[in-house]
Amino acid sequence: MNAGGPAARLHIDWTRCDGRGLCTELLPEALGRDEWGYPVAAPGRVRSGRDATDVPLTGAELAAAMDAENLCPLLALRIIRP
Amino acid sequence: MDDAMWAFARVSGLLDMVLLTGSVLLGILARSGRPLLAIPRVSVTLLHRNISLLAVVFLVFHVVPLLFDSYAQLNLVDVVVPFLGSYKAFWQGLGTVSLDLMAAVVATALLRRRLGTRTFKAVHWLSYAMWPLAMAHSMGNGTDGTSAPVVAAAIVLGVAVLAAVAWRVSAGFLETAAARRAGNARNGWTRP
Repeated sequence: MNAGGPAARLHIDWTRCDGRGLCTELLPEALGRDEWGYPVAAPGRVRSGRDATDVPLTGAELAAAMDAENLCPLLALRIIRP
Repeated sequence: MDDAMWAFARVSGLLDMVLLTGSVLLGILARSGRPLLAIPRVSVTLLHRNISLLAVVFLVFHVVPLLFDSYAQLNLVDVVVPFLGSYKAFWQGLGTVSLDLMAAVVATALLRRRLGTRTFKAVHWLSYAMWPLAMAHSMGNGTDGTSAPVVAAAIVLGVAVLAAVAWRVSAGFLETAAARRAGNARNGWTRP
């Protein structure tokens, strides 16, 4: 994560998310899974309250994040570009 | 030439039944949220999608040659409107219904992001009707429908799908089922 802020953010819609685990496979550095299977922002990514739901992404993770956005079974992900 | 079309259509139909079965099994596995041994969840989902699209291609290979076959005498109306065929109209009609269902399932799957998950899911459930209809069509309409190897293959595919459906409706189906049940019990919540 460079000083100028994240390349983009991955918004997780918690009202839709069912913890199916595809995004955590595609973005292993940005997301982990809690004990119920739901994605959680990796500890190093969370610097403010917002970061848990709008997870900061590096430029290198953008392609994988787009795959996650497309493949999420619940359509619970959205990439937010700065 | 006529015989070649007939043979091509038969083989494509039989192969499509295998592809459809693979698609249903992978779809159920994808829904469980579980990886398949070393194959990650993402790849299971992509396999489900790609095998389903391959099933569409083989359905084209199955139907188009029969338009030119003098025995089946299939016309363009028969492709989409069931039970009007000139050869075993009922059994052919089951195939037509199955084709219509497949068209609906595939179209809504490709437009999933536009339609939303609710519509997508409602239509996607039709797959569970499509598979047995396609199977009945291949057994009842096919030239080889009652030959030993085809019956044996049908039994293997049928048992696989029945087992997968039984797993689908079982309590521990979801990867997260145990963890979430335990969590609910801890909080004193029970399933309504």
